[in-house]
Amino acid sequence: MTAEQRVRSLSVHLVLIAYSVLAVGPILLVVMNSFKVRSAIFGAPLAPPDPTTFSLIGYQRVFRTAHILTYYSNSLIVTLVSMALVLLFGAMAAWALTEYRFRGSTALALFLSIGIMVPIRLGSVAILNMMRSAGLNDTLTALILVYVAQGLPMAIFILSEFIQQIPKDLRDAARCDGVPETRIFFEVVAPLLRPAIATVAVFTIVPIWNDLWFPLILTSSDSTHTVTLGVQQFLGQYITDWNSVLAALSMAILPVLVIYVILSRQLIAGLTSGAVK
Amino acid sequence: MANLRIEHLNKRYGATTVLNDVNLHIDEGEFVVLVGPSGCGKSTLLRMIAGLDGASGGDIHIAGKLVNTLAPAERGIAMVFQSYALYPHMNVRKNMTFGLKFTGVPPKERDRRVAEAARMLRLEELLERYPRDLSGGQRQRVAIGRAIVREPAVFLFDEPLSNLDAALRVSTRVEIANLHRMLKSTIVYVTHDQVEAMTLADRIVVMNRGCIEQVGRPLDLYYAPANLFVAGFIGSPAMNFFEAMVERVESGCACVAGPGFRSFELSAPSLKVGDRLTVGVRPEHLGRGADGPFAVEGVVELVERLGESSFAYLRRGDDRLFVAEVRGRQTPTPGERATLTAAARDVHVFGASGLRISTQSDG
Repeated sequence: MTAEQRVRSLSVHLVLIAYSVLAVGPILLVVMNSFKVRSAIFGAPLAPPDPTTFSLIGYQRVFRTAHILTYYSNSLIVTLVSMALVLLFGAMAAWALTEYRFRGSTALALFLSIGIMVPIRLGSVAILNMMRSAGLNDTLTALILVYVAQGLPMAIFILSEFIQQIPKDLRDAARCDGVPETRIFFEVVAPLLRPAIATVAVFTIVPIWNDLWFPLILTSSDSTHTVTLGVQQFLGQYITDWNSVLAALSMAILPVLVIYVILSRQLIAGLTSGAVK
Repeated sequence: MANLRIEHLNKRYGATTVLNDVNLHIDEGEFVVLVGPSGCGKSTLLRMIAGLDGASGGDIHIAGKLVNTLAPAERGIAMVFQSYALYPHMNVRKNMTFGLKFTGVPPKERDRRVAEAARMLRLEELLERYPRDLSGGQRQRVAIGRAIVREPAVFLFDEPLSNLDAALRVSTRVEIANLHRMLKSTIVYVTHDQVEAMTLADRIVVMNRGCIEQVGRPLDLYYAPANLFVAGFIGSPAMNFFEAMVERVESGCACVAGPGFRSFELSAPSLKVGDRLTVGVRPEHLGRGADGPFAVEGVVELVERLGESSFAYLRRGDDRLFVAEVRGRQTPTPGERATLTAAARDVHVFGASGLRISTQSDG
């Protein structure tokens, strides 16, 4: 390695390290402080918990006072069901739009790409009205429907790209073999889309899990609140229970982290495939 | 096993015509090779037989049954693709049985067929492996195995050897020939490689620009090409062409002359004075010292040594190059002047329209 190369790789790494600290720092701060007593959170926010400042009071309070487990399961149900539906319908629609030419297929593809460009929150009022007249107000179904609509366009866009990379001969071979079209999709194409599906899964899950807006406007009772919304009750106008807020947030990080770890190998394959072939 | 009849088949994409009025009858058990330059429509024709592409007009009959509207699987065909098209997430056994599930073959029968195909193609050891663990030749054998287990009426091969290296191509070619001998099935085989075509085919179909130029047995195509295209396409290096004109006609004998070669007599009764002709002679039929009516003189420019023979590129009188095959250890040296001759039966004559003109030496 020449001196120039060394300088270059060092500077690249410096930038990457700085970015990592910036990205991970706040999360670390939240998790760290969730294990400290209130005075220590404000007294020395950057210090890790030590024997004198260590406390689980936040976690105790979260479990005692709030319906945290309900929120948790609501979040999980909404996120996982939405993800499953987005993946299923997204992959099927992507397959149909790339594989078959039918009347209006171009218009449909265009319509869906508009969905990527227009934020769904612009339609909040209409969505609220629709859900109310459909009797779905304050239900998890309402949230799931909104999230499926939110996630589908991007999912179809990404999956279409991947489906185009699957060799055409493979589908033709399956057709010559007498495999019905639906089975070609589920048994030949879908297994080959695994990296893409993992990618789309992560892109779908994270915004849904973190979303505050739609639970805020579409759910009103404790039984339908999600974690992000549930945490808000510890944030008061005059007093904020920081121990509980930080404890609840730390717990909210966990499931997404677990899912990411499970999908990460596939995800990386998905992000880099096509780039390195 | 079945015969195949193609009548007035057309294929158009918008304004471009890919296939133009193709008629072809293939007998039961026949090995027919479709050959032609890329873009000639041979693969399209194969895909239309398979039912993967629809026809713009015309009929396809397999075993006497009109199959125009049938799905690929209902036509009783099996196709082997250039890219093998193995299902990457299934092992070899699953690759072969996957399609059988949907065509109502009972499990016991499936196992029997796979065992049979595996024995024939020496795949027994590989049945539990995945395509990614196989070499190119093994993958190709699996692809052929997947076709065999379907027990189709017609096998369709789409350039199956193109992705293999030279040595493997030769051995797989022999295997395919053996397979045809064992199965006695009807095979339609697409290739752009004329060696494959010549060695494998019972009959060759030469295609060009969406039309069939000639259908015939390999040696017929070689010794009596029907037109200029076939003459230039079959044989390697390609046939030498010389422009010529009929100078005199005397009692059924025409005297043919042109730039670059010595005029010679040709017994072709149909010729008239002033007819424009193209005279074709294959490089391997041009020899030194032999006597024949056709003689051409040139200066050696370049010699390609292949071992058993060499190709000499000579510049002739009208400043064009022609090729001659020289056998033996004695290779010509560049700069040397040589006179090469060809026997009457090795001289091909084509009319202004490009069609072959029969001469008496055709016998």
